[in-house]
Amino acid sequence: MSKYHVTTTVNNDEFEFLCEPTQTMLDVLRDELNLTGSKEGCATGDCGACSVVMDGRLVCSCLVLGVEMEGKSIETIEGMADGDDLHPLQQKFLDHAALQCGICTPGVLVSAKALLEKNPDPTETEVRYWLAGNLCRCTGYDKIIRAVMDAAKEMRAA
Amino acid sequence: MQYEAPETLAAAVELLAGTSGQARILAGGTDLLVQLHADMTDPDLLVDIKKIQELREITNVDGRFTIGAAITGAELGEHPDVKKIWPGVVEGLELIGSTQVQGRATIGGNLCNASPAADVVPALIAADAIVHVAGPAGRRQIAVEEFAIGPGKTSLAKDEIVVSLSFPPRGERASDAYLRFIPRTEMDIAVVGCGISLERDAHGICTQARVALGAVAARALLVPAAAAAIIGTSLDAAALDNLAAAASTACSPIDDKRGTIEFRTDVAGVLARRVAKIAYDRAG
Ligand SMILES: Cc1cc2nc3c(=O)[nH]c(=O)nc-3n(C[C@H](O)[C@H](O)[C@H](O)COP(=O)(O)OP(=O)(O)OC[C@H]3O[C@@H](n4cnc5c(N)ncnc54)[C@H](O)[C@@H]3O)c2cc1C
Ligand code: FES
Ligand code: FES
Repeated sequence: MSKYHVTTTVNNDEFEFLCEPTQTMLDVLRDELNLTGSKEGCATGDCGACSVVMDGRLVCSCLVLGVEMEGKSIETIEGMADGDDLHPLQQKFLDHAALQCGICTPGVLVSAKALLEKNPDPTETEVRYWLAGNLCRCTGYDKIIRAVMDAAKEMRAA
Repeated sequence: MQYEAPETLAAAVELLAGTSGQARILAGGTDLLVQLHADMTDPDLLVDIKKIQELREITNVDGRFTIGAAITGAELGEHPDVKKIWPGVVEGLELIGSTQVQGRATIGGNLCNASPAADVVPALIAADAIVHVAGPAGRRQIAVEEFAIGPGKTSLAKDEIVVSLSFPPRGERASDAYLRFIPRTEMDIAVVGCGISLERDAHGICTQARVALGAVAARALLVPAAAAAIIGTSLDAAALDNLAAAASTACSPIDDKRGTIEFRTDVAGVLARRVAKIAYDRAG
């Protein structure tokens, strides 16, 4: 199988890589670019652990091909903190203990950030619907929702 | 597998027509990538159609909307005019999957995947949408209710592409709605889906209607008898009873883990009543 040469931007850095046409963006992020923050929970679009933002749209990276990254701008969990300074959402997840095993957390954070950029003042119902594609086997969701609502409040005040 | 992302329809058709192996069209990939992952399909060629401009546009010429096949749920939901005129079509597409899936899932992909439970299809049938198709012999049009011929099967030839869906002009007092029954509130496949589009006159009498059902037969159905039950009425109790009975009569569903034949047949009538009332109120 011949490989495809792809040039893309991830977290504002330009990357070039070779990939098979069957590799997903999630495979590429993890295996070619060593960005292992995005997780594979299902590989079928159901769990959201692989969530990234591509050209401003929240997507499951397991449902995008690596070759489709050509010319796109991707944001992953690795771009969320500013060096050692955590994003308010990340800090609130720690404060509210909104994670246990942590597998879902990168995807939840990326999704929640995309929500707050679109809607800085969501209702609890809006947060729950927006995050319906991010499954968590551990927390029961309440702490996640509280952390997101609290982060939204803090970010609005800032 | 070879991957191509042509920028013109002509180039895409040429690629599809020119391959000796198996080719698949890639839109949002939310069905296709799942099938690839499960080894349910192993194409020699993938033709990504998202770079073709005509498939990515929404146009409105004198009140006639045309929606490109590669428009996603998120994009359609953000379009203020379509939502005003065809709220049922928009809600059908927006029900698909999560926020993440909405960012990718296209209207043409939902139609072409040809699931009997596809959520936008009953709404498209109710709306009397026309499917515009391009192939080596040029363009042709298919009424949306004729498009799917069975589960996973469409009336497209292997080198044909759905370009867009076009909608008839809308009267002043006209609207549509779509509802599905699922056991949860989000992220599930329709046990029954129902789309209704109707028009009413100044006195509140329903003058035109189209009723469509999903997930109750091998493909989504247009149910003229259900429409006839409400045309000429103001959706009084008797008309709604007749509508529900006609909708249930049209069902020939399967039994599966999500719903029995009996349940689906009953729910089709219940949903038809609810959807008709929503469309009627919106139209007023
Ligand atoms: C987590 C999850 C939840 C889902 N929930 C729902 C749901 O609630 N309701 C529902 O109806 N569906 C659901 N789906 C299925 C899927 O998202 C939809 O059917 C979607 O609309 C498919 O669009 P796509 O652009 O991703 O299609 P793709 O996967 O790109 O294509 C689907 C099929 O159509 C063909 N095709 C695509 N575009 C064209 C075209 N223009 N011309 C010719 N052939 C074409 C492809 O070759 C393929 O066979 C879900 C999927 C996932 C992963
Ligand atoms: S790994 Fe992508 S949605 Fe589960
Ligand atoms: S913290 Fe374990 S899955 Fe969410």
